[in-house]
Amino acid sequence: MMRSLRTVSFIALATACLGGSALAADTIKIGVNEPLTGAFAASGTYVVNGAKIAADEINAKGGLLGKQVELVIEDNKSNPTEAAAVAEKLITSDKTPVMMGAWGSSLTLAVMPKLMEYEVPMVVETSSSSKITTTGNPYIFRISPPSSVEAAAFKTIVDKLALKKVDFLVINNDWGRGTAEDFSKMMKEKGIEIGVVETMDQGAQDMSAQLSKLKGTDSETIIVTTAVDQLTLIFKQAAALGLKKRIITTGGSQNPDQIIAQAGAAANGTMHLTTFLPWFPDQTPNPEATKYFISEWKKRGFDFAGCTESFRGYDGIRTAAAAIEKAGKADPAAIKAALWDIDVKGLNGDILFKKSGPAGKESGQSQPNVYLIEIDDGKVGMKSL
Amino acid sequence: MSEFLQHLLNTLVLGGTYALLGIGLTLIFGIMNVVNFTHGILYTFGAYIMFIVVQKLELNFFLALPVAVISGWLLGALVELTLLRPFRGSDIDTTMLVMIGAWIAMQSATLWVWGGVAKSVPTPFPEAPLVLGPVSVSWLRLFVLAAAALLIVLTYVLINRTRLGCAMRATFQDHDTAALMGVNVDLVYTSTFAVGSSLAAAAGALLGPVYVVYPQMGDLAAVKAFAIVILGGLGNITGAVIGGFILALAEELGAGYVSSGYRDAMGFLIIIAVLIFRPTGLFPRAERVG
Repeated sequence: MMRSLRTVSFIALATACLGGSALAADTIKIGVNEPLTGAFAASGTYVVNGAKIAADEINAKGGLLGKQVELVIEDNKSNPTEAAAVAEKLITSDKTPVMMGAWGSSLTLAVMPKLMEYEVPMVVETSSSSKITTTGNPYIFRISPPSSVEAAAFKTIVDKLALKKVDFLVINNDWGRGTAEDFSKMMKEKGIEIGVVETMDQGAQDMSAQLSKLKGTDSETIIVTTAVDQLTLIFKQAAALGLKKRIITTGGSQNPDQIIAQAGAAANGTMHLTTFLPWFPDQTPNPEATKYFISEWKKRGFDFAGCTESFRGYDGIRTAAAAIEKAGKADPAAIKAALWDIDVKGLNGDILFKKSGPAGKESGQSQPNVYLIEIDDGKVGMKSL
Repeated sequence: MSEFLQHLLNTLVLGGTYALLGIGLTLIFGIMNVVNFTHGILYTFGAYIMFIVVQKLELNFFLALPVAVISGWLLGALVELTLLRPFRGSDIDTTMLVMIGAWIAMQSATLWVWGGVAKSVPTPFPEAPLVLGPVSVSWLRLFVLAAAALLIVLTYVLINRTRLGCAMRATFQDHDTAALMGVNVDLVYTSTFAVGSSLAAAAGALLGPVYVVYPQMGDLAAVKAFAIVILGGLGNITGAVIGGFILALAEELGAGYVSSGYRDAMGFLIIIAVLIFRPTGLFPRAERVG
């Protein structure tokens, strides 16, 4: 009796497994490698929610190549080692022909050798370290602006802001240090003096020591680069220390509405370089698509503050999907080739990849827009340029 | 000069909570000989209780603090009764593994229930800081310092002026003799673990609103607590208080005058230096046993 029961359950289990894989063959998988826990959990979760909107939209319209799109979402725990492990799992176990990830620059850089090893392309939706598209990895297709592009966009504004001497407070990783480098270079060309460059650990919660030091310098502006959770703490702690310098943030992961909600008056007067304008859909490159995305985001009950982050997940998945459609099959090499030929109406400008990095093994880089906004009296306003 | 004064003020505020974290850990190690890896998760637990009571139930901030402390006490007692009591008398490695397992299980449970996204706890304190000449500090942090000082004094009174404290000290000095003299050692163990846990929860409840609340917040706090305990001498409460302030000072001055990138490394540097030069801690106690 026991024996036959065991046999029956084994057969049931085996059928379930086979059934599962048979079902999976009817979908086209896109791997999603994002930080859902750890220091960047808030941002990564927003990106994933944006990605789901894109997948649902595609599936509602009949899917890709006659099949449904399936997002295989994995948590890289805001940790580069985990990000590489997740990429390996997505490629070898889930057999995803294309991936999106991995939010942070250090996370993406850790994944890049895996792309070379398994020859699978990845759409990079958020990372901004210049290194990502300049080291010669032909499997990288980036839709977010590198910090050099942000710095170039900011270059046209610095005269109007009358910057004289600038300090930096950046997250101590490839993203933060890369930004400090690119912005310093641009500012030196403009004759702006660079003061101190302070760093903070990605998990650090108390920046009082750094801010106390910055309070004592003779610079009038601080450029801050990190994600929203740390930014909120910085604004609160800066206010508590009576630090009254102009603060400009970079990187596009600020979620200004969350800063307003959590830091309150401490956020007033701060400026932010962002890559999306959910507050002013009519000023975005594709107002219709932006309005659709925002209404869908609200319909799902997500916090409006997350829009500035989640649109990248939405655009990233639509980019990968367009390439799959163009390739005509869910095959890594064909998708990689097709990524060069797509033209997607992204929420922040057309996504068209241009070659970047050493000849023969160029990475793809699109040219998204960068905007400067200012928080004034608890509201987001465009900084007139 | 004003920058230096600001660093000193920051040290004072930070040091108070570090001391609170250190006391709880050193108490448990000193009396029970248990390396408590759940200390960090109890810190997280206290912060989540604040989040639940203040943000979700919309109850008073000052009411939430004792709720967090009592919840920490109860959870600590539960951990001791279910996980530590069955392993009483086994070697330190066994309980260490049990505690590591409890830490991972509790952290995963937190993640499962609340998700990985950081939460913030609203406070009734004004946003404008208290400005004292060249330095300033937020009212919330001043309150945290005062509350931490109060809890440290209460712990001191509990251990040195009460009957339970007397029993704890007796058990600390010689477990077998204390038992022979009629001390209820089981009760002492449960109480000690519960008190130590409630102090960790209190630290989390006080610092959660200052920072943000997320499942891994206790990991760094636990590392710092271990640094403080090693610095002050294992089992030494006064040492843990002084150790807390020394660590805060090292972090502040290290970040302010050496390199901010190494701020959180200061704790590890202190552990290494102390283990090389004074392996028994800066303030070893003569009556320390085991």
